[in-house]
Amino acid sequence: MPTLNDYLILSAILFAIGTAGVLIRRNIITILLSVEIMLNAVNLSFVAFGRALGTADGQIIVFFVMTVAAAEAAVGLAIVIALFRHRESLNPATFTSLKW
Amino acid sequence: MTLFYLFGAVAVIASLLVISQRNPIYSVLLLIASFGALSGLYVMLEAPFVAVIQIIVYAGAIMVLFLFVVMLLNAPHEETEQDERLHAFRRQGSLRFGAVLAIALAAELTWALTRGTGETGAFQGEAVSSVQAIGKALFTDYAFPFEVTSVLILVAMVGAVVLAKRDA
Repeated sequence: MPTLNDYLILSAILFAIGTAGVLIRRNIITILLSVEIMLNAVNLSFVAFGRALGTADGQIIVFFVMTVAAAEAAVGLAIVIALFRHRESLNPATFTSLKW
Repeated sequence: MTLFYLFGAVAVIASLLVISQRNPIYSVLLLIASFGALSGLYVMLEAPFVAVIQIIVYAGAIMVLFLFVVMLLNAPHEETEQDERLHAFRRQGSLRFGAVLAIALAAELTWALTRGTGETGAFQGEAVSSVQAIGKALFTDYAFPFEVTSVLILVAMVGAVVLAKRDA
């Protein structure tokens, strides 16, 4: 049977993949997808810890994380649409209006 | 254990492909595959409720929203002149630095988790897997956060409408 450590290592690997996506990619939509990967990695460790402690709290936190992820996706994609309408681009390097 | 490796391999490989695809549509579809594998892992962790909402809410709702936006914007490829020539993983400078940082993060986390402390971390005792127990906790101990969540979703909905509206 896989142990808590196995799940945590898998979660760490997925989180690192998400981090790599955020740092490497130059496409806003892919960056948002990488953030979703990171959220899912954290969800996995929450559920694994909840299983190890024998409580339902881990699963409830995952429920809240999913709600926040849905809200984040809705607002983030609305921002992407607004940005694309202004700049005709999805490259974050083109959105520098706030830079001094 | 075989199932764990199977689901874990699918999740990791699909996630790696997500961040290496040039076309965002493929990224979204591969991420759905990754979520399916994670859902299998949740079943193995005796959390069927989370497994089901992972499929219904994440793969079913959030990813469809992403797919909708990708197809709406119709800008499938990364489009700077640099990106046309080089794949994301072969670019110079800051991007390579980002990749090194991410690999360092993975190595550190794995190292910290694998150095033996004597405990194997094997799961003991019974898991709380009934939806009834989760619902009861959600509406008693977590009633306030649950209600705050509804406000959050309302704010997100209004914000999305305002942001995406034309001539706002």
